[in-house]
Amino acid sequence: MQHSSSYEPKSSFARWWDDRLPIMRLMHGQFVDFPTPRNLNYLWTFGGILTFCLAAQILTGVVLAMHYQPSGADAFNSVEAIRRDVNYGWLLRNLHAVGASMFFIAVYVHIFRGLYYGSYKAPREVLWIVGVLIFLVMMATAFMGYALPWGQMSFWGVTVITNLFSSLNEIIPGVGTAVVEWLWGGYSVSGTTLNRFFALHYLLPFVLAGLVILHIWALHVAGQNNPTGLDIKTKSDSVPMYPYAVAKDTVGLFAFLILFAWFVFFLPDYLGHADNYTEANPLVTPPHIVPEWYFLPFYAILRAIPSKLGGVIAMFSAIAVLVFVPWLDTSRVRSAKYRPLYKWFFWLLVISSIGLGYLGAKPPEGAYVIWSRIFTFYYFAHFLLVMPILGIIETPKPLPKSISASVLPGGASAPQGAAAAPETR
Amino acid sequence: MASEAEEPNRRDFLVIAGNAFAAVGAAATLWPFVAQMNPDAGAQALASVEIDLSPVKEGQAITAMWRGKPIFIRNRTADEIKTAEAVDPKELPDPEARNDLLPETTPALDTNRVKEGKDNWLILIGICTHLGCIPKGQSMGDSRGDFGGWFCPCHGSHYDTSGRIRKGPAPRNLEVPPYEFVSDTKIKIG
Repeated sequence: MQHSSSYEPKSSFARWWDDRLPIMRLMHGQFVDFPTPRNLNYLWTFGGILTFCLAAQILTGVVLAMHYQPSGADAFNSVEAIRRDVNYGWLLRNLHAVGASMFFIAVYVHIFRGLYYGSYKAPREVLWIVGVLIFLVMMATAFMGYALPWGQMSFWGVTVITNLFSSLNEIIPGVGTAVVEWLWGGYSVSGTTLNRFFALHYLLPFVLAGLVILHIWALHVAGQNNPTGLDIKTKSDSVPMYPYAVAKDTVGLFAFLILFAWFVFFLPDYLGHADNYTEANPLVTPPHIVPEWYFLPFYAILRAIPSKLGGVIAMFSAIAVLVFVPWLDTSRVRSAKYRPLYKWFFWLLVISSIGLGYLGAKPPEGAYVIWSRIFTFYYFAHFLLVMPILGIIETPKPLPKSISASVLPGGASAPQGAAAAPETR
Repeated sequence: MASEAEEPNRRDFLVIAGNAFAAVGAAATLWPFVAQMNPDAGAQALASVEIDLSPVKEGQAITAMWRGKPIFIRNRTADEIKTAEAVDPKELPDPEARNDLLPETTPALDTNRVKEGKDNWLILIGICTHLGCIPKGQSMGDSRGDFGGWFCPCHGSHYDTSGRIRKGPAPRNLEVPPYEFVSDTKIKIG
């Protein structure tokens, strides 16, 4: 969506500056008069919400780091001190801990929106892949962040997840152990491990910020997808980002913040686990180790496979498969709105993912294992079988002539209303 | 290049040699940043521990610590030894003894996992070989799984009275650490 910025410096200083560092021109072109499809629905507000989440996590994280002690002996108590003694520490800590969950709620909505409307299809493949990388780095950051309070779930979560790499022993004996001891900095999870996780937990959000810039860059090259999946063909298909998309994003963000605040102020620990308020003890495994809710689907896939290496491969493949989605989906129609069969399979994927999330929290026995296997099978089948085959055999519904035609009565002609106005300004 | 030589010329050699040196230099510079994460001298210092077994009665178990890892010590009953010895290693998920003092391919016979003449004493690293949880079975009230040894609650691995994996996702038998009897009732681990 290449377009030239309509920025006009308003003062002589602005002109002077614009000749030397045209950042205002760039921002104006990308975030003020950038053409956005006129039919975006509220699912498209999650990009902005996610940007807010990252900024909020970095802000609250930096101030929490001023009070946190990343050592095996002091970490647990320092987090308790933050909650009790530090001025507004309770608020900052709740914002950060709940913020992680909110971040994942938003990212899952964002990912499934992309899957439903075919946002990964040409020319947005790189945009999508950068998104998968963001998701991966987000998961690594969240995992290391959950280690920091150094409670029982922190400690045993780290133990279980780092031990995933010991499955490499089944490929080359000794390599897995070497990798795990390298990650731990010892022969078991210890304060040394905590210390390095803290350093990386502080680093990765800035890597995320860099990836987000690439993600937005790629988005602004291809332009946004929209519920019809059609490209912007005429000027009347789009509206300028400001005020239209910005206003809609703000409404979405505030609705999201109501949910966010509700958890922060009324249920700050609801999304965590009670066992994490017991200090880490390397001699006692909690009876039932569960990761944070946002990892449960992947945890269920790990446990569904009755082989250690196989489970680990399946778990990582569940994320890696997303990278190939642009090429696995053979349909030329982007939006599931016009794909009568795919639509149903999409909801089956949603049900499988939520089902896996539920099963990930259950003990690995009996019917839970069987259902985990069924849902794991469908999760992979969706990407590896349904997407390639359905694209060939499905007859899509007729597409509207244009974005405008899909939302305006009377078709594609430009209306005399709000959308026409900015172009004549 | 001006000469368009068919054969590699001096410049090609210099470019390849220069790049090769740069690559070696980059790897050598990178290595300390990777290796710093390995266990440091303090962690490596192979602390050995001595444990007095005299208070452990038949059928009881204690847990000691060695290198930050829990060590399971169980004084097995005659029944437990008998059932452990009756198992054919070939039928086990992991047919190897996993005894640090014996070669890798030693079969997982119960006798290869204990000291001769001390076969009531089973000494194990108490870390599930699946994903590193501490299996249950040390305390009297614990579930010992379907095979009377240990049961890992994390992902449901069952170990028998020789600490061998019998059922569940764990790939290997519980490891036997390097240890020796320094006296009749005292062992030294490490």
